[in-house]
Amino acid sequence: MTLVKEQSEPEGADDKGGTEPAGDGYVPSPRRLERERHRRARTRRATAIAAASTLVTGVVLYLVVVSAPGWQRTKETFFDGQYAREAFPKVLEGLWLNVRLLLVCGAAVLVLGMLIAVARTLRGPVFFPLRVLAAAYTDFFRGLPLIINLMIVVLGVPALRLQGVTVDPVLLGGTALTLTYSAYVAEVFRAGIESVHPSQRAAARSLGLSNRQALRYVVLPQAVRRQVPPLLNDLVSLQKDTGLVSIGGAIDAVRAADIIAGRSLNYTPYIVAGLVFVALTIPMTRFTDWVTARMDRQRAQGGTT
Amino acid sequence: MSDAPASPDGSPVLRMEAVRKTFGDSVVLRDVDLEVAPHTVTALIGASGSGKSTLLRCANLLEDIDDGAIWLDGEEITDPRTDPDAVRRRIGVVFQAYNLFPHMTVLENITLAPRRVHGVARAEAEEHARGLLERLGLGGKAGAYPDRLSGGQQQRVAIVRALAVRPRLLLFDEITAALDPELVGEVLDVVRDLKGDGMTMVLATHEMGFAREVADQVCFLDGGVVLEHGTPEQVFGDPRQERTRRFLRRIVEAGRL
Ligand SMILES: Nc1ncnc2c1ncn2[C@@H]1O[C@H](COP(=O)(O)OP(=O)(O)OP(=O)(O)O)[C@@H](O)[C@H]1O
Ligand SMILES: [Mg+2]
Repeated sequence: MTLVKEQSEPEGADDKGGTEPAGDGYVPSPRRLERERHRRARTRRATAIAAASTLVTGVVLYLVVVSAPGWQRTKETFFDGQYAREAFPKVLEGLWLNVRLLLVCGAAVLVLGMLIAVARTLRGPVFFPLRVLAAAYTDFFRGLPLIINLMIVVLGVPALRLQGVTVDPVLLGGTALTLTYSAYVAEVFRAGIESVHPSQRAAARSLGLSNRQALRYVVLPQAVRRQVPPLLNDLVSLQKDTGLVSIGGAIDAVRAADIIAGRSLNYTPYIVAGLVFVALTIPMTRFTDWVTARMDRQRAQGGTT
Repeated sequence: MSDAPASPDGSPVLRMEAVRKTFGDSVVLRDVDLEVAPHTVTALIGASGSGKSTLLRCANLLEDIDDGAIWLDGEEITDPRTDPDAVRRRIGVVFQAYNLFPHMTVLENITLAPRRVHGVARAEAEEHARGLLERLGLGGKAGAYPDRLSGGQQQRVAIVRALAVRPRLLLFDEITAALDPELVGEVLDVVRDLKGDGMTMVLATHEMGFAREVADQVCFLDGGVVLEHGTPEQVFGDPRQERTRRFLRRIVEAGRL
C-alpha cells in the first residue's frame, strides 16, 4: 500500500519539528509490518460485522413497523404518496421564506446579542442604567415563551392600528424571533466574555490598552471563538422556529403544508414539511458537531486557557 | 516611552513610600518603602505569599493601594487624577504565566500595543518586533501561535511584547517559575542582556543564585514587610535579621543557592 511513503516520514515528525532527518535509511522491522497487517485484518473484520448487524436491525425494524396494528391506516394518513407529491413543491416554495427569515434574523440576532452582552459587561457608573436595561431585557425575553411573544407581536400589534407600523406578518414575526433570540445569544456571548481569564484582560491593560481596546482586541475575539458551537446551536433552533411565523398567516413551509392538510384532511403534508426542516438542519447540526470537535481537540492540545 | 533616561541625575525611576495594601482583612503589604535607581536591577525575594506579586501589581496600578504613595519618574502615579493607562504605557510587565494572547500570532501579540496604543505604523512596529525577536533567538517564530511554542519560547515572547513599547521600567514576576532548568537559563540570559542595555528592572524571583549575580539591590519581603534590603553581598552574605538568615538557610538546604 503506502508503505513506501510511510518510510520517509518518521513517526511524530510533525511535533518534533523535523529534528530527525528524512531518508535516514529506516526500514520498517518485520515486527512493525506484522503489527500493521494485524491492524488491517481487524479493521476489515469490524467493517463486516457492522454491515451485517445494520442489515439485521433494519429488517427487524421494518417487520415490526409493518406488522403493527393500525399500520395501514397510519400509512394512509401520514405517508400518502399522492399528497406528498402535491405538497412537496408548495412546501419548498414556502421554505424559501423560512430561509430568508433565518438569514436576516440570524444576522440581526448576532449583532443585537453582542451589543446587549457588551452592555452588560460595561463598567463605570455612567453605564449603570444601560447594564440594568440589558439585564432586564435578557431576563424578560429568555423567560417569555416564544409563542406568546409571537402572538403579541404578530397578532396584537396590527390590532393597535398604529400609523406607520407594519402589519406584515413576516416582518412582525421576524421581529418577534429577533427579540427572543437576541436574549439567548446575548447570554451565550456574555458567558464567552466571562470565560476569558481575567489575566488576559490584565495583560492587555498592563500593555497600556484601554478597557475598550482590551475588550475589542483581546477579550471579544476569544469569547466569540469559544462560543461558536453554542451559537450555531441557537441558529439551528432559530431555523426551526422560523416555522412559527405561520401563526400570523405568512405562507412559509409550515403554512403551505397546513393549507393542503386542511383541505384534504390528510396529514402527509405536515410530514413533508417536517422532513424538509430536518433535512435543512442536519447539515447545520453536523457542521456544529464538527466545529465543536475541532475546538475540543485544539483545547486538548495544550491550548491556553 | 523612551530608551533614554529621563532622570540623568540618578533620581529614582520608581519610588514607593509607606505603601499599604489589604485584601479584606489580610494585610498583604505593610509600610513598604522602595527605591529603584535608573539602570539598576532590583530583586524581590521572599517566601510564597510574602507579597512580591502584589507589590509589582501595585506598581503597575493593577491594584489600588490603601495608603502610601508611588512615584514613577518623580510623578505621583497613585494620585487619583493620574490616568492609569498612561502610566502603564511606560511600564512593561511580564507575568509568571506568560499571558500571551492565544488568538494572535507571536507578531500580532507583540505589535498590538505599539500599534493600537502608541499609534506606530504597522510596518514600523513589525520591523521593530522582528528585530527584538531575532535578538532573543526567536527569529523563525513570528508567525506561530503561542500554543505551538515551548514554555521558554513563550516566556521570551512575553518579554519581547513588554519591550516592544520601549518601556521606562520592566516588572518581571517570577518569569522562570514555570520553566525547566535549561529554559530558565535561556530566559535569564535575556535579563542579563537587558541589564547590559541599561534597562531598569524589578523582578520577583525564587532564583537566588541569579538574584545574587544580576541584582544591584535585593529586597527580602516577609509577611508584606520589606525586612531587609541592600546589595546582594549584604543580604545574602551578612543578613541583619534572624528571619532572613532562616529563609536563606532553608534555600541553601534546598540546594537553590
Ligand atoms: N486578589 C487577591 N485577593 C485576596 N488575597 C490576595 C489576592 N492576591 C493576593 N492575595 C494574598 O496576598 C498575599 C500575597 O500574595 P502574593 O501573590 O503577592 O505573594 P507572592 O509573594 O507573589 O507569592 P508567590 O511567591 O507564591 O508568587 C497572599 O497571602 C495572597 O493570598
Ligand atoms: Mg507571586
